[in-house]
Amino acid sequence: MAALLEGCFNLDTDEVCEIKPEDVKQELIQKYPVKVARKRAKQIVINKVDECGQVPEIQSNVRTIPGIITQRGCTYAGCKGVVLGPTRDIVNLTHGPIGCGFYSWLTRRNQTRPNGPDDHNFMTYCFSTDMQDEEIIFGGEKKLRQAIQEAYDIFKPKAISIFSTCPVGLIGDDVHQVAREMKEKLGINVFAFSCEGYKGVSQSAGHHIANNGIFTHVVGLDDTVREGKFKLNLLGEYNIGGDAFEIERIFEECGITLVSTFSGNSTIDQFANSHTADLNLIMCHRSINYVAEMMETKFGIPWIKVNFIGAEATAKSLRKIARYFEDQELMDKVEAVIAREMPAVEKVREEVKARCQGKLAMLFVGGSRAHHYQELFAEIGMETISAGYEFAHRDDYEGRRVLPNIKVDADSRNIEELEVHPDPTRFRPRKPAGDLARLQEQGFRFKDYDGMMAEMGDGKLVIDDISQYETEKLIEIYKPAIFCAGIKEKYAVQKSGIPMKQLHSYDSGGPYAAFRGAVNFYREIDRMVNSKVWSYLKPPWEKNPELAAKYAWD
Amino acid sequence: MSDYSSPYISTTNACKLCKPLGACLAFRGIEGAVPFLHGSQGCATYMRRYIISHFREPMDIASSSLGEKHAVYGGEANLRQGLQNVMKKFGARLVGVATTCLTETIGDDVPMILRTFKREMAEQGTAHQDLPAIVNVATPSYSGTHMEGFHAAVRAVVEQLAECPEDAGRSAAVNLLPGFTSPADVRYLQEIMADCGIPVIVLPDISETLDGPALDDYRKIPDGGTSLAEIARMGCSRATIELGRTLFGHESAGRLLETRFQVPLHRLGVPIGLRESDRLFEVLQLLAGVETPEKHVLERGRLIDAYVDGHKYTFGKGAVIYGEEDLVIGLTSFLLEIGVKPLLCASGGKSGRLREAIEDVNDSILPELPIIREGVDFYEIAEEAESLSPDLLLGHSKGYHLARRFRIPLIRVGFPIHDRFGGQRVLHLGYRGAQELFDRIVNALLDAKQEASPVGYGYM
Repeated sequence: MAALLEGCFNLDTDEVCEIKPEDVKQELIQKYPVKVARKRAKQIVINKVDECGQVPEIQSNVRTIPGIITQRGCTYAGCKGVVLGPTRDIVNLTHGPIGCGFYSWLTRRNQTRPNGPDDHNFMTYCFSTDMQDEEIIFGGEKKLRQAIQEAYDIFKPKAISIFSTCPVGLIGDDVHQVAREMKEKLGINVFAFSCEGYKGVSQSAGHHIANNGIFTHVVGLDDTVREGKFKLNLLGEYNIGGDAFEIERIFEECGITLVSTFSGNSTIDQFANSHTADLNLIMCHRSINYVAEMMETKFGIPWIKVNFIGAEATAKSLRKIARYFEDQELMDKVEAVIAREMPAVEKVREEVKARCQGKLAMLFVGGSRAHHYQELFAEIGMETISAGYEFAHRDDYEGRRVLPNIKVDADSRNIEELEVHPDPTRFRPRKPAGDLARLQEQGFRFKDYDGMMAEMGDGKLVIDDISQYETEKLIEIYKPAIFCAGIKEKYAVQKSGIPMKQLHSYDSGGPYAAFRGAVNFYREIDRMVNSKVWSYLKPPWEKNPELAAKYAWD
Repeated sequence: MSDYSSPYISTTNACKLCKPLGACLAFRGIEGAVPFLHGSQGCATYMRRYIISHFREPMDIASSSLGEKHAVYGGEANLRQGLQNVMKKFGARLVGVATTCLTETIGDDVPMILRTFKREMAEQGTAHQDLPAIVNVATPSYSGTHMEGFHAAVRAVVEQLAECPEDAGRSAAVNLLPGFTSPADVRYLQEIMADCGIPVIVLPDISETLDGPALDDYRKIPDGGTSLAEIARMGCSRATIELGRTLFGHESAGRLLETRFQVPLHRLGVPIGLRESDRLFEVLQLLAGVETPEKHVLERGRLIDAYVDGHKYTFGKGAVIYGEEDLVIGLTSFLLEIGVKPLLCASGGKSGRLREAIEDVNDSILPELPIIREGVDFYEIAEEAESLSPDLLLGHSKGYHLARRFRIPLIRVGFPIHDRFGGQRVLHLGYRGAQELFDRIVNALLDAKQEASPVGYGYM
């Protein structure tokens, strides 16, 4: 550390020379045993974007080294907690011991808005089979069956889904068979997920399993075509802190019909009907791209990548939607909405920018936020010096162009890839092939995502699955103005004297999406990076030791 | 045993957490310790996020990060690699290895793996002082709650680390096993012991590790906690005080110290309210050989004074109390003193001791005992409470929906508290804790009365 910074700070002039990312990388890995260092070296990359937009390869979606304190969760967390958790009218039944259900009990701050007091909302509930020794020894299927019956008798839900935890796979409970039996018996939709925590390398495996499950058991069950000229689905938006509400507001003002959201503020009926939309928008690429791909193959719905984090990004995404529909009325409406929303955003942005300009941010979040939030920071003049994902794959970093080159390892092979074919009756191209080709020629890009790195400047450090140890080192070296991650990192970072913003659950804040969300975020970051509290750490007698010494000497 | 058998199969809105979480909390109260979960990494992540949301402090838990392959072939290699990494990068002086559902179900023999590991490390020339103490505890979450995990970990630490060489005499120290209380409670207990002039070894001591000061240089392992040297000396202490009525008759850490090292054991309830605190001070007076210090006598006096002054607000009110069994027992004992009628005492735990303990603390104050339910969830608590028309609730944050439904105040105590600030600083114990709880209860009742009044009275 000392060597790294030696000669870097000139105490006389207060000049700070450039910290070399190569040296930082070396510093991060040098304490590791050789084997670990070799592995981490592939996951810590100094960004460089060439003229074709190519970026260096980064290793990701590989197993975490035991004993390194990772921020990653498990497959169950990704499946139940992330993707299915925000749907309010499915009884989500955890099949396993009590902890897993308890810890995923509304902890992500997903919000929902039932249509009335009689509308089902199970989100504040936590259902578990609470397995005991007896079930581990003799099997848990009987208890599961009874629990499903009980949930049906008490709550009369439209659907019940079952989530497997570690012991379930080990003792060999056939949750899918139980689901089939109970579906037939009860006449409601019952489906199960084999999302045992030990599968895959992170929660990412759980996302995939959830995508497969919803697509197989729910999507396409209701062919009712809703009214509306511009119908779309918003995929990978989980309504944390009310983000989806703000996006819904904008859509409504633009005259866009939202058929379903996967899965913020959602219902199972919306999923069932989602194949009737004419366009899929992807927010969080990592957690939901599978559903988009499968819907395109089976039903002919094209998908595009959007981003509603950041006011400019929101405007850009709205224009992209309008361009897809090629409708002048929609384009005009979108422009009118942007013109109406922007002045309020710009007013706060300019004010906040004056106080935040040039400060450094670091983002280590999930599978898309580490990318999306760079937009918001850039809008107030802050630079993202280092970023990385917790559970992303190479395509989220380097763009989908690398998809054919991603090595499929044993862990990925464990997660089923569904074979999907065009639906014989319901496949319908949403636009004539000629129109699609023309749009593409004009630079409109379907089913594409450039990834995070293409939008980050050269020399920035991109770090996959950052450990607690590396986090500390990075903070020590760069002393960023703010560090963004989750609650697990929050207090460790703040004990280094750096404010830390949770971007998984937003602390108690939000929404941060779209226009009003951007204003909320500017204000929040301003509050945090310009706080005086850190200056009080040292008591006055430690700040002026000469004074104290003088008194003592007198 | 419990006289109640739930009519429900599944658990809806649980009133308990899982066993390894309790073990991690206990390990966190030991100096230089890193809790380590042998299982899939999600367990460590989930428990960290849960503990952190209550304490608002860093909480590292290492994991052996087992995958599908290890579920089939066993997790030994990962456990060993994980231990080595924790040793190297954290400089841990103790690694507390707790098992999970996964490793208990596949049957990994953790004690054997650790024995081999320690032997090999020694053979490779790792100096004794560089090798951390490694304690293991079996905590399958399909068997018991976080409280069983907590007590099992404390027992494992004592069993595996406490000593008393034959030639060593009894020390002046007293072991204090407080159970799972708040950091503020532990600090207060230490203050009491110091005031009484009794050298104390508190195990575990989360007073600083889970409620530390702001820093600008992060420490991988927070300062504070019971030191290994202290733990090693526990076998020589002259007495052990163990708090928690559910532990009476159990093979607890206190019992182990008694049978293995002949350390006299004083078993007490968790000292919540006047009478249970009196019992603690009685024992302390005995151990110290001097009168209770004036400071605490005065605090006791002020508490009774408050009981007198506030009685008109609390008398005849009905309460539902839920949470960990020992906390529920202590709170019930306290409420009985202040004229609040406990209507329902409920816990997700299932020690089989709740009824007897509540009978004991009732001590004939109420002719009829409240409804007592072990092993219940919030669905059943709500169902039961429906006909009881309670005026207030006492328990952790998970009872909020109940409070909202009945439109009555919830006095947040215990763990987890994630919808209010300062959960780590809630004082429950002793005269001072009773005073704080009493003030909070009276004010919550006044607040509710004032809010409900059609006239804006300023004097209540």
